[in-house]
Amino acid sequence: MKKYMCIVCGYVYDEVAGDPEHGIAAGTRWEDIPGSWSCPDCGVAKADFEMVAV
Amino acid sequence: MKPVVILGSGLAGISVVRELRKLDAARPVIIVTLDDGGFYSKPNLSNALASGKSAVQLALTPREGLAAQLKAEIRPHTRVTHLLPAESAIETDGGRIEYEKLVLALGAQPLRLPIEGDGAAAVLAVNNLADYAVFRDRLEGRQRVAILGAGLIGCEFANDLRIAGIEVDVFDLAPQPLGRLLPPRAAEFFRRKLEAAGVRFHFDTSIARIDRLGDGFRLTDKQGGSHAADLVLSAVGLKPETTLAQAAGLKVGRGIVVDRRLASADFPEVFALGDCAEVGGAGGLVLPFVLPIMAAARALAKTLAGTPTDVAYPAMPVVVKTPACPTAVCPPPAGVQGAWREEPTADGVKALFEDAAGRPVGFALTGSAAAERQALGASMPAWL
Ligand SMILES: Cc1cc2nc3c(=O)[nH]c(=O)nc-3n(C[C@H](O)[C@H](O)[C@H](O)COP(=O)(O)OP(=O)(O)OC[C@H]3O[C@@H](n4cnc5c(N)ncnc54)[C@H](O)[C@@H]3O)c2cc1C
Ligand SMILES: [Zn+2]
Repeated sequence: MKKYMCIVCGYVYDEVAGDPEHGIAAGTRWEDIPGSWSCPDCGVAKADFEMVAV
Repeated sequence: MKPVVILGSGLAGISVVRELRKLDAARPVIIVTLDDGGFYSKPNLSNALASGKSAVQLALTPREGLAAQLKAEIRPHTRVTHLLPAESAIETDGGRIEYEKLVLALGAQPLRLPIEGDGAAAVLAVNNLADYAVFRDRLEGRQRVAILGAGLIGCEFANDLRIAGIEVDVFDLAPQPLGRLLPPRAAEFFRRKLEAAGVRFHFDTSIARIDRLGDGFRLTDKQGGSHAADLVLSAVGLKPETTLAQAAGLKVGRGIVVDRRLASADFPEVFALGDCAEVGGAGGLVLPFVLPIMAAARALAKTLAGTPTDVAYPAMPVVVKTPACPTAVCPPPAGVQGAWREEPTADGVKALFEDAAGRPVGFALTGSAAAERQALGASMPAWL
């Protein structure tokens, strides 16, 4: 499982935790998140995230 | 090969280079900035207390790392003094630089109210990480903060300070918070939620003088009312940085006027984006927010890499970071005639701005209604 960080605000998407509040179940892999999902903290697009080392 | 020169290392300047590097790895790039040249997230400044972060922890990428990542030369603590577009050059306090393309990402400056008294000079404004470090330093051990301005940034700081247990008084000339963004019922709901969190609002009130009192301040409003504070923060708005552009003969309105290609009319090698720019020609859009900056950075990177590309703005709702009252606003496009229709929800207010034909073209969502932000945002007409 990997983590991805929002390059704008630093929010980290953790595949283990998902983003259940916004309809992304725990364990959802990055590739499987719809392109319409956006950063829950600042609103930027999925494309504005980068993979980070855990 | 002459470099692409970027003026400013805020979100706008850095995002353009980040996007450019996805398309062109080799192009020489120089970033000139008054800051220390590291990357931080400005929106995090107004919720750092809640997230338990110090000013130091807010610095996401230090300069050396950023320069390596972006394959760019970053010149920190350097002031640009003149733009010389006729010579494809700029002058800085560290020398002259010639460019192939110039990107103005100079941001905006906090407005200052004319205030009398010997405490007026000590009023702080927070518009970058260095300002924030000073603010946190002065906040150390203090109990009571006065905020001038109940707009987006004033309200966010007010909520954040309350979370840290600090007393907050917010003053505004307007009769309600977020005056330019919320219609009356949504504003009323928002005000009550922030008051329940302990924020003390003083509306229809403008501060005329600030005097030093002990190691704090006494604020006097125009009606003669007197208020005490340990620290005064001003958040009354921003003015796009246009002075350099104007002096160089570039077209300037509220911001630096550029077309949809983000290029200046008279000097097509000069571009502008971010808080300093007025996009779409004279009378165009000045949108000092993250999402428009990301959209502009992507389009401009393509243009710089050789594929001229117009920026397109979908409707971009702004999230107000006030945990006491989740709020999202999508202002109607400028100049559209219409009216607000406000309707209460379970624990909130949903307000739609409808145009003359009854179509919703903007919204303001507070409390439980804020959850509809994404769905509603996707149905709004594009801005540009
Ligand atoms: C407290 C706060 C909270 C915010 N929260 C949100 C939010 O939640 N969501 C949102 O969408 N937006 C938010 N915003 C707005 C958003 O942060 C800004 O729109 C964005 O950061 C502006 O980026 P910029 O690069 O255009 O300008 P800036 O970040 O201001 O960068 C300007 C750059 O130009 C440089 N510069 C200026 N003059 C010179 C000169 N003469 N010589 C050399 N360099 C110069 C500066 O040093 C700086 O590096 C917030 C703003 C603030 C202040
Ligand atoms: Zn984010």
